[in-house]
Amino acid sequence: MKLKKNIAISESGFVFDPTSGESFSLNPIAIEILNLLQEGKGQIDISDFVLQKYDVDRDTFENNYFDFTGMLKQFNLTEKNN
Amino acid sequence: MEKAKYERPLINRINAGLPDKFGMSRTMEAITHIDTIPVKDLIDEYGSPVFVLSEKTIKDKLSQAKKAFTTRYPKVQFAWSYKTNYLNAVCQIYHREGSWAEVVSGFEYDKAIENGVAGNHIIFNGPDKSKDDLRKAIKNASLIHIDHFDELYTIMELAETMEETPKLAIRINMDTGIYPQWDRFGFNYENGDAWNALTRIMLNGKLELVGLHTHIGTYIMTPGAYGIATSKLAQLAVRIDQKFNHKIKYIDMGGGFASENTLKGAYLPGTDTCPSFDDYAEAITNALINSEINPEDLPVLFLETGRALIDDAGSLLGTVLANKRLADGRRSTIIDIGVNILFTSFWYEHHIVPAQNTTQHTEDTTIYGPLCMNIDVIRAAIQFPLMNKGEHIVISRIGAYNMTQWMQFITLRPNIVLIDSEKNVHVIRKNETRESMTDLENVPEYLNPSK
Ligand SMILES: Cc1ncc(COP(=O)(O)O)c(C=O)c1O
Repeated sequence: MKLKKNIAISESGFVFDPTSGESFSLNPIAIEILNLLQEGKGQIDISDFVLQKYDVDRDTFENNYFDFTGMLKQFNLTEKNN
Repeated sequence: MEKAKYERPLINRINAGLPDKFGMSRTMEAITHIDTIPVKDLIDEYGSPVFVLSEKTIKDKLSQAKKAFTTRYPKVQFAWSYKTNYLNAVCQIYHREGSWAEVVSGFEYDKAIENGVAGNHIIFNGPDKSKDDLRKAIKNASLIHIDHFDELYTIMELAETMEETPKLAIRINMDTGIYPQWDRFGFNYENGDAWNALTRIMLNGKLELVGLHTHIGTYIMTPGAYGIATSKLAQLAVRIDQKFNHKIKYIDMGGGFASENTLKGAYLPGTDTCPSFDDYAEAITNALINSEINPEDLPVLFLETGRALIDDAGSLLGTVLANKRLADGRRSTIIDIGVNILFTSFWYEHHIVPAQNTTQHTEDTTIYGPLCMNIDVIRAAIQFPLMNKGEHIVISRIGAYNMTQWMQFITLRPNIVLIDSEKNVHVIRKNETRESMTDLENVPEYLNPSK
């Protein structure tokens, strides 16, 4: 899954999509994940990062991760066809 | 190194301008304790879901209501509306605090007797009183509020053969300026039916007319409607006195005061719009005091307040079963509380919050119950914090009607506990078991698999 290239993410957790003009808010863990996605990291790397930092088990996080990326698609923040 | 507290990742679209149907995002205060007892302990001990009633809140509310009326009017008597919540422990609290009983069926009548209420402290309302019910009520000198002419004739017939004189009132419906006007119960004021019924009682000779009753509706937001209703009953009382030289002993204004719950579709929350007991008391007592009734003959004012007294005292504790994404991207949270035990979710947007502190992040959420039915929606649209499977929630202000109108449907009804004024917790209705249901069943011999 790839984020659209022109998405702007601010440090305080705002996302701006210049294509649609829409903006979004993120919670802190979502900022980290979006940054990792922008760096081109995949789900395994992201899970490892989160599991090391947060008190959560792999199943729970992966479940939440796919839910989250589903929302990114829903909001048209990802590249088509991946 | 200790790991950071986890919260699932969240992205929300920022909508400029007006709030949508999910409302403005706002921080939600968790309810972690009820009357100083941790929610978590209650669930650990009594299961999830569990109904919790607070004796303290019951008493506080009743005393607020009493104060509002007794400071304005000399003779006030509350009667506990059994249908609102007829758990014996609950009824006993009200009776100990001085409330009489208001019942609407033979079943409720017998419950009141079993609860030790004196026969002449029971108000018997409703359209369905059997001949046996009426005979019993007449014997016990209970206050029978007649709903229709057929009932009046049954009472006349019974009075012919019984020693005791029936103590009667009629229920009266009327136009109080509110919509909808409830006209299916009792006798209509405007078309003369009420006067007709009163005349027949007065002319009978074997019946005693003791009161006048109305119940103008439920969740009435306009105290003025009570003022109008009270004036109309007072006019009838004056007319009876003029024509028959007979003074009625009481005027019963029924129930119907709103609780602070928010009605579905309401623009503002109920906490902002609900009139106070003082507002209702002012309207009712002013109408009585300013009526043509001779001040020396002022009748006792009866009140059958239900939901406004007990809604706040009840909470329903439950657990998140799952989170799920709907096709349009909305989040849905499934909890273990369904509409079968939260009947009032059909008309209220219930106050529902987490039982543990959460971050300020919320998401547009639909909260579903666990029933395998499409109608099982607890909140269609709410800004709700991120909760994980297994975490607990609290639904507040559910003390009225749920514990009487509930349905067993596909599962079993849970424990109901009471936190007494000393903070001791008591089970006041045990959770059902499979046997609670199957013991009533019977499989005909020929269908019995062991044969
Ligand atoms: C005759 C009568 N009295 C009292 C009540 C209690 O009403 P509420 O809970 O609205 O106060 C009802 C409820 O429907 C009723 O029918």
